[in-house]
Formats: sequence, structure tokens, C-alpha cells
Amino acid sequence: MRAIWRTIDPGLWRDAAAIGVAIFAIGVSFGAIAAAARLPGWAVVAMSVLVFAGGAQFLAVGLLAAGSPAGAILGGLLLNARHLPFGFAVAEVVGPRWPARLVGSHLLVDESVAFAMAQSQPERRRRAYWLTGAVLFGAWNAGTGLGVALGAAVADPAAFGLDAAFPAGLLALLLPSLRDPAARRVAVVGAGVALLATPVLPAGVPVLLALSGLAAAGLRRRGDPDRREAPA
Amino acid sequence: MTAVVVVVLALALGTYLFRLAGVVLAGRITLPAYLRRLLPLATVALLAALAVTAALTEAGRAAGVARPAGVLVGVILAWRRAPFAVVVVAAAATAAGLRLLGVP
Repeated sequence: MRAIWRTIDPGLWRDAAAIGVAIFAIGVSFGAIAAAARLPGWAVVAMSVLVFAGGAQFLAVGLLAAGSPAGAILGGLLLNARHLPFGFAVAEVVGPRWPARLVGSHLLVDESVAFAMAQSQPERRRRAYWLTGAVLFGAWNAGTGLGVALGAAVADPAAFGLDAAFPAGLLALLLPSLRDPAARRVAVVGAGVALLATPVLPAGVPVLLALSGLAAAGLRRRGDPDRREAPA
Repeated sequence: MTAVVVVVLALALGTYLFRLAGVVLAGRITLPAYLRRLLPLATVALLAALAVTAALTEAGRAAGVARPAGVLVGVILAWRRAPFAVVVVAAAATAAGLRLLGVP
């Protein structure tokens, strides 16, 4: 493993550091928001270490704060189901050895997969995956810890506008995916359904109902000639 | 308290198994094309719904003016490609400032 760190070129380090800084900032806001929702600090830190998936953690904290632990589990697992095909994509990068598989699987997040797959040679891919995964894991957990400390120090979260920071941060994370027209339709319909259902249904259910927005994805175009059939 | 622990452990275990299964089963199973397409879109649907309901509602009712206004400022900044930290701080500062002025 030590040979990996020695042979990483400056470009990879620089890119990994840039992603690390961004993830650190997101981790700080996650920790602060979770602490402001009055979740115990140790549980928030444990969540970041053990789950290590930003989107699912934001969703789980939002639904827990709304009083729906079942929705938090269901929604979080639905979000993270996308890691299964991501695992297909990086299996070769992680390699066949079990210690590498067991550790490498935990470092699998959107950014480490994207970063690895962006490299052209297998060896660079391997270095990029482990480097980004390790940097992201460190940055995410350091950020969460700092955020929890800051959030716990705030007596009245609303006075500091933390309730506005949460949806704004989520939407900022979501914005790049909305360049895809199908994703945009799904987001608008899903959010609309959830919003209409919120006054009449128990907490947690409206957000899960947003999955009905998938009907707007336009899957009739499944037969497009450009569909990718190669094993991912 | 117990609910939080259950949520953390269930999410941790389930998420890890998704990741490990993908790495270990690669090449042995393939997901149907529609599922490969739907899984990322499900993420978009859930996060968009969470963000919009958190921006506009509080305990099943409208969330007042300060919070949506703060979120709007954040989204405009994100749209103009401002860094994440700027988006979050500007949204919070807008809502806090409006509340200071007595806006609900």
C-alpha cells in the first residue's frame, strides 16, 4: 500500500485536495445541521464514520428530525442502492484481494468512483480511487466533528438561520444532476408530490412518495440506440 | 435516542452491503438497463423532495418567509456557481437577518 502513496503524481494530489476541501465544508454543515436538530453528537459522528454517504445522511437526519426513523432508514437505503452498480464499476480497481475489498468497499462514494473512472490507465485509476477515498473519508469525518461542535454551541438554530442552510446546501449539491432533462422532470414532479402530501400525510411519507416522480423520467425511450449494454 | 442508534446501524450495515455486493459480484450479475437508469434518478427525486419540503414547510404547515427567502438566495448563488460554503452561509445569514428584522 505504501508504494501507492509514493507514486501518486502532484496532479492527483491537487485534485484530491480540492475535493477534500469541498467535502470538508459539506461535512461541517452536515454536522452543524444534525446537532442543531438536537441529535446526539456522538451518533452524528458515528453516522459519518459508519455510513459515509452524504446524501443519505442528510436525508436520514432530515427525516429523523421530522420524527420518522422508518422513513430515514428506507429513504437512506434507497439512496445508497446506487452504490451497487458503482461497485460493479470499480471492482477491477479495488482488485480481488479480500482485505482490499473489505476496506475499499467502504471508501466507495460518488466522488471516489467518478474520480477513479476519469483516469485512463488501470494503475492511475487504482491510485486515484484509494487516494480520493481516503482523503474524502478523512475530510468528511473531520468536517462532521467540527460541525457538531459548532452546531451544539448554537442555542437557537433558527436565530442563526440554520434551517435555511439545510435545504440550500441540499439544492446546491443537487444542481449539477439537474442538467439532465429527465432528472429535472423527476425532481420537479417528485418535489411537487411531496409538497402537496406534506400537510395530509405523516412525516417521512411525503418524501418517499417523491419516488412517484420517476414516472416522469420518460423510460419509453429505453430503446434508444445509445443505451449502454457493456457490463458496467 | 434508541431510534437514532437503530437508524445509524441499519443505514451503516445496508449501505456497506450494497457497496461490498457491487465489488464482489461484479461480472457475475448484471442489473437490467432500466434499473441502472432509475437508481440515480431515485436519488434526485428523494433529495429534491427533502430539500423543497424542508425549505417550505415546518411540521406539516407553511414555514413562513425568512427560511424560503434564505434558501432562494442560496440557490441563486449555487446557480451562479458560488462555492458550497458561500451558498450555505448566505442562506443562513439571509434567514437570520430577516428574522432579526421581525420577519417570521
